[in-house]
Amino acid sequence: MSENENKLIALENAGVMKDRKWLVRGITMSVSLGEIVTLIGPNGSGKTTTAKIALGLWNISEGIAKRKNNLRVGYVPQKLQIDWTVPINVNRFMSLTNKISNKDIEFALSLTDTRHLAREEMRGLSGGELQRVMVARAIALSPQLLVLDEPVQGVDFRGEETIYNLIEETRKKINCGILLISHDLHMVMSATDKVLCLNGHICCSGTPNFVANTPEFRELFGERMAKSLAVYKHNHDHEHRIDGSIKK
Amino acid sequence: MLDDFFIRSIIGGIGVAMVVGPLGCFVIWRRLSYFGDTLSHSALLGVALALLLQINITLSVFITSILVATALLLLQRAQKLSSDTLLGLLAHSSIALGLIALSFMTWVRVDLMGFLFGDILSITKTDIFVIWIGGLFILCLLILMWRPLFAATVSVEISEAEGLSPHISNFIFTVMLALVIAISMKIVGVMLLTALLIIPAASARNFSTSPEQMAVIATFFGICSVFIGLYSSLNFDFPAGPSIIVGSLLLFLITISKNLFFSKINN
Repeated sequence: MSENENKLIALENAGVMKDRKWLVRGITMSVSLGEIVTLIGPNGSGKTTTAKIALGLWNISEGIAKRKNNLRVGYVPQKLQIDWTVPINVNRFMSLTNKISNKDIEFALSLTDTRHLAREEMRGLSGGELQRVMVARAIALSPQLLVLDEPVQGVDFRGEETIYNLIEETRKKINCGILLISHDLHMVMSATDKVLCLNGHICCSGTPNFVANTPEFRELFGERMAKSLAVYKHNHDHEHRIDGSIKK
Repeated sequence: MLDDFFIRSIIGGIGVAMVVGPLGCFVIWRRLSYFGDTLSHSALLGVALALLLQINITLSVFITSILVATALLLLQRAQKLSSDTLLGLLAHSSIALGLIALSFMTWVRVDLMGFLFGDILSITKTDIFVIWIGGLFILCLLILMWRPLFAATVSVEISEAEGLSPHISNFIFTVMLALVIAISMKIVGVMLLTALLIIPAASARNFSTSPEQMAVIATFFGICSVFIGLYSSLNFDFPAGPSIIVGSLLLFLITISKNLFFSKINN
């Protein structure tokens, strides 16, 4: 029972039909407080659809979709293109969907190492900076559920590491549930509690190591791909700052 | 005081400038100037319908704008044509329909030029009342809706995921746009209305570091344009509506010339 109360979102055998075709079907999943769930799958496998029905943005055609009442969601989109005619700096962007206190803004910006960017115009940020600022904005909402769509897309290896560290750090600091959506089949964060491998339905699910070794995964992504699936592990003997220097 | 036509014009003009400033910012940010154009062009059809059905012109223009916006939405779903084609189709066919309808009504004498290019100097106390009540209503709604409306402008995805219902905000924005067209048609006319929406906002962009600031500066530029337009109309006998637009154009040129000048030095 207590486990059920902790569930932020839950889908049971859920499916979405559009234009007489099933986009996804038979999806059973849940995200609880303090849990990291990763959705992986090739393009068009229904990752975004699954996230949308879980958040209640799309209606399901069959099954059950449950959400915690008044669920506070922080969302980091895959892409953000702000029209250049919109004057908006990082500070203003932080309170885009909600009024955020200065203290919370500073906390979130420090956590993502972007405090020095507070007065910068959004469109002047580099790809990695923008990604971190978007994560900061979602954190500042102190969400119960953090949803990240492709958080490491277009970020180099070092940046990828930083963002994965940041996500893990965030879970510890604000104890939220995290739903990660990823095209990247090579890399699954080791801190992930559950991986769901999608291809219109759930092919396989479990811990990252378990999924990488299932025959379904091998069949879906090919032997070579499955072999190259690296479960990301980071060294704990030292930590990097964003600029690459080593923290003491 | 309100007996003087010039004072009446100024008060009416300021009422309109207060609303078109912030609303114009959204038109620019959302790249909707052609959409605004289409809605205001369809106002002519609204005028024709009002005369035909003997109903209030402002009300009729408002309803027609809403209907045209709805038609656009339906066409976008039903047709495989791009939005700008559909907008052009709607804008010009509604003008054509309006003109035909007007030509049939031989019993009414219509000041077509007044509707097309504005007739601010003949503004009545009732007009002022309508402008200010409608304008204050739009301003209140805009202030109430500011955060979701702006969030939907920056990212539909984020606002949807975080529960701000961007589609509702977008609908309310369209209603506000239709309403502003209905109340400000008398000031600059249906042909020039979009200019009043976008030029002050465009001038404000160069000075703004936040969206809120841009809205306030756009309002200020709008009010200045009204003053410039009306005074030149009074002193040089220029037509008032076009003079207001030219006034805003002058302000725009001054703001960008400053930019051009500075960027030359930097280079």
